[in-house]
Amino acid sequence: MAKKKFVVGCFDEEAVLFPAVKKVRTAGYKIHDVYTPFAVHGLDHALGLRETSLHTAGFIYGITGTSTALGSISWILVKDWPLNFGGKPNFSLPAWIPITFELTVLFAAVGMVLTFCYLCQLAPFVKKHHFHPRATDDLFVMVIECTEKTNVDDLQAFLSAAGAIETDVQIAEEGWWLGTYDKDETTFENSNPVVA
Amino acid sequence: MHLKYESQLREPLVMGNKDFHQVTEDIVRPIEAKPSKLWYIGFYIAVALLLFGVYSIYRDVTYGIGQWNLNKTIGWGWDITNFVWWVGIGHAGTLISAILLLFRQGWRTGVNRAAEAMTIFAVMCAGQFPIWHMGRVWMAFFVLPYPNTRGPLWVNFNSPLLWDVFAISTYFTVSLLFWYSGLIPDLATVRDRAFTKLRKKLYGIASFGWTGSTKHWQRHESLSLVLAGLSTPLVLSVHTIVSFDFATSVVPGWHTTIFPPYFVAGAIFSGFAMVQSLMVIIRKVFNMEDYITLGHIEAMNKIIVLTGSIVGIAYLTELFMGWYSQNKYEGYTFWYSRAYLFSPYGWSYWGMMACNVLSPQIFWFRKMRRNVFVTFFMSVIVNIGMWFERFVIIVTSLYRDYLPSSWSVYYSPTIWEIGFYLGTFGLFFTCFFLFAKYFPVIAVAEIKYVLKTSGEGFKNKMDKIEEQPLDSFIHDNAHAH
Repeated sequence: MAKKKFVVGCFDEEAVLFPAVKKVRTAGYKIHDVYTPFAVHGLDHALGLRETSLHTAGFIYGITGTSTALGSISWILVKDWPLNFGGKPNFSLPAWIPITFELTVLFAAVGMVLTFCYLCQLAPFVKKHHFHPRATDDLFVMVIECTEKTNVDDLQAFLSAAGAIETDVQIAEEGWWLGTYDKDETTFENSNPVVA
Repeated sequence: MHLKYESQLREPLVMGNKDFHQVTEDIVRPIEAKPSKLWYIGFYIAVALLLFGVYSIYRDVTYGIGQWNLNKTIGWGWDITNFVWWVGIGHAGTLISAILLLFRQGWRTGVNRAAEAMTIFAVMCAGQFPIWHMGRVWMAFFVLPYPNTRGPLWVNFNSPLLWDVFAISTYFTVSLLFWYSGLIPDLATVRDRAFTKLRKKLYGIASFGWTGSTKHWQRHESLSLVLAGLSTPLVLSVHTIVSFDFATSVVPGWHTTIFPPYFVAGAIFSGFAMVQSLMVIIRKVFNMEDYITLGHIEAMNKIIVLTGSIVGIAYLTELFMGWYSQNKYEGYTFWYSRAYLFSPYGWSYWGMMACNVLSPQIFWFRKMRRNVFVTFFMSVIVNIGMWFERFVIIVTSLYRDYLPSSWSVYYSPTIWEIGFYLGTFGLFFTCFFLFAKYFPVIAVAEIKYVLKTSGEGFKNKMDKIEEQPLDSFIHDNAHAH
């Protein structure tokens, strides 16, 4: 696997992080990712990430569940083995609503969680490069990908000036753990900046 | 970035002047420390109860369910009472995490993780009863619709008992996924503080390699929101379907249309009572008073008095309909078998009334809502009352119905029925003790998310804001980025 060089800047305040993200992106650096201990709202927009389509996937899974339930129950009770339950019609839709609803929810929930794990490449025994152990505790860790032209010392000084309390340089292996989403990370000039 | 401001009128959700690191320390400390003597005592009692339950079930499977005192006409007794009771308790967790998330109730962050865990364990306990009640439990898979060599002979999709199979198993699965997906970031927090190789490895496996990437958080938020949206109708549907088990029959006392909302309100009622029992213990044992504050306890007590009163109205409506319908069988069931104190099971009806309707009214007083001892005592009372409710519904309707010649003799459980019930307590508390020891009992990341708006230390710094003119407030806070 190819190795890449990253410059890491750690921030301890969201109020400092947001202007820093803007400065770094305006300066033309490519932010690989920002690792945060909790969901920082608006950070995805500040980084220029697109909205996730996970909920659309959830809707599709839900519809699949609905049609699976209705399709199988009607086939079973009408075609495959029609039974006479107290003289009621074989096609008795109201009685199938509970199971249809349950399967809709079940398919949507299971499908979404599996899709979530697949997209984020999360699974037991998966190992990823962690840029800073405190990223899951109290630090907001900005990771910038270096190119051949990047002057690492300048970048570190730039990050410190932007408010990073700690900076360092790390070589990390490029692999599937990088995910696919960095493709939609457009640079700041090309997108409409979001001002909160 | 939204404005980090919340009205001073709202009580802080996190007491004390804490920063993010302090939150991690406080919540993860019990996992990293050696368990106390009290933990071991509690755990061993739970395991002992569990083993007694296992032996009771061993007898049930070996000798058949004749080990229980079920007989005609009482085919459902303690087992289904306990099933409905546990399922009801299992409603609070997902209600807290899903419905209160959609209603943007900030206080849910302090209690949701433990409540969800409680939900999962309660549903596990509930599931035992219908399964072992089957008698030939090795045939339990017959409830699933799968192509088989018997025709194929399918299950009856028009039967409420089959709806229950789907409802309970879906509810368990979705609650488990919701709970665990929320746990992943917190387990990563524990992993990154691990002080032994084994801990690092185990929490590394459990946290699925979570890094805290912004994109992952974005997806995580979307996932939580949609799962909450799905779980909200799910939680209401589960007890609705459990109530259909009764309401679709023609047994007097069961055949009523108010069962679904009445059962759902009762489920939330008993679920919150169980959450209260556990929270009062957790906050004391783990020193979590700063995170599970009196404000949290008060909020849950408000829900208890609300749902308790809804349940009370349902009881009165039933009595009214028993008279107003002028149906002799309904009238006999409601006014003699239940409401008449000196009928054979009258004591259980009035026990239920006293525990569920009368005593929770104490929570109209703020002082009582914020009193930890009263809360704990009442939470136990409410769960006893809710157990009586299911017992009343099941047994008083079954022991005397249309034909006096087939009225039952007095039903009381055998030791093995009681043992089975105690065994589920063992299962529940064994799981809960292990959860409390190895998992963060409070959602670390979610507390951090609300800390800067609702933490006491941060709120105190904002008390000047309310006196500030709007223009200068916008100028100070809307820093362009």
